[in-house]
Amino acid sequence: MAATLQLEVVSPERLLVSEQVEMVVVPGTEGYFGVLPQHMLLLSTLRPGVIDVYAAGQVTERYFVTGGFAEVTGNTCTVLVDEVLPVANLTKAFVAERAAKAKAALDAATTDEERRRAALVVVNVEVMETFAVAA
Amino acid sequence: MPSLKDLRVRIASVQSTKKITSAMKMVAASKLRRAQEAAEAARPYAERMERMLSNLAGSMSAGGPPMLAGTGKQDTHLVVVMTANRGLCGGFNSNIVRNARGLIRELLDQGKKVKILCVGRKGAENLRRDYRSLIVDTVTDFGRKRVAFSEADGIATKITDMFIAGEFDVATMVYARFKSAISQIVTRQQIVPFPVPAKTAATPTGGAVAVYNYEPSDTEILTGLLPRNLAIQMFRALLENAASEQGAKMTAMDNATRNASDMISALTMKYNRTRQAQITKELIEIISGAEAL
Repeated sequence: MAATLQLEVVSPERLLVSEQVEMVVVPGTEGYFGVLPQHMLLLSTLRPGVIDVYAAGQVTERYFVTGGFAEVTGNTCTVLVDEVLPVANLTKAFVAERAAKAKAALDAATTDEERRRAALVVVNVEVMETFAVAA
Repeated sequence: MPSLKDLRVRIASVQSTKKITSAMKMVAASKLRRAQEAAEAARPYAERMERMLSNLAGSMSAGGPPMLAGTGKQDTHLVVVMTANRGLCGGFNSNIVRNARGLIRELLDQGKKVKILCVGRKGAENLRRDYRSLIVDTVTDFGRKRVAFSEADGIATKITDMFIAGEFDVATMVYARFKSAISQIVTRQQIVPFPVPAKTAATPTGGAVAVYNYEPSDTEILTGLLPRNLAIQMFRALLENAASEQGAKMTAMDNATRNASDMISALTMKYNRTRQAQITKELIEIISGAEAL
């Protein structure tokens, strides 16, 4: 059995995942990076994307995250996320609803700051759309 | 001397009050359990966030963004008063407000400028009397069903925006930390600039000093992490407050129920005495009437 590392995915509301995995691929701001056991110390911000969890050379679980931070220390990988959704839950209808909401927020924005934030959400949803599963 | 009918009516009314308070106690007890669970579920994130921040802050030897290092001034203080939206929870709201008042007075005495941000309707109502001109904003739209992170994030964003606009130098929040159902501790916590937590002695690797690789860079991560941390602190305070509120409400309603029981037994006693007195009086009237013949 190959060495494993402890993966923790934590959202503000709860500890979502805490398990031993073989490898995990995390969407860092400067590109996706894979984390194997004995990875060097790393702190990175995340961009919207998908966390892939590998076991026995296969992707076993996929989580969509909207952003956050990842900390890698030796044999643990802690991912602090803003919002996390299993990719299986990303249905077309769900994403469409989110997209409509994000667009409405962007239209309603009055100040530059509000507009900037709303635009971020729209980008977020656009990324989400690319991962949406049919149904 | 109240008549028998008056007493009966009063007993009935106290009885229905007792029913209401004991129902409210039950509701508070079940809400308390949920609030406590939510507060515990939020803990892992806050802990890990703190660890990351202390790692980062340790590596930033000097300076750093203003949210960490401060603006260099201490002139204007923002006091964030966190209370509940609803009353009927004993001294919960007034304790928080009293503490906040003390803090505001201290700051004013030191010649500082004070701004107040009220989170929760009760605090706003209470402070409006004396410090109307100091209240900059009031947030009451939270915790309808349960405290959501987005609500805390909204408040934190507001505070961050104010800070960036240079509207204050130091922010402190006043909220009740949940200890148990009968004890909530009113706490003052400085949130801006962020007080650097003491660096943990043991680094996770066990090596000498953990040197992190930062992607994209430590400053950029820090600028992202700090507002996030503010939101987390806010979220934590909201959750603690929600649990405290339910705890206080449960205790208050328990007391009210007990008082109602006492009152019912006192009234029942009085009712029976009055009834007996009346019977005795009637008997005396009959007997003395018969004797007179």
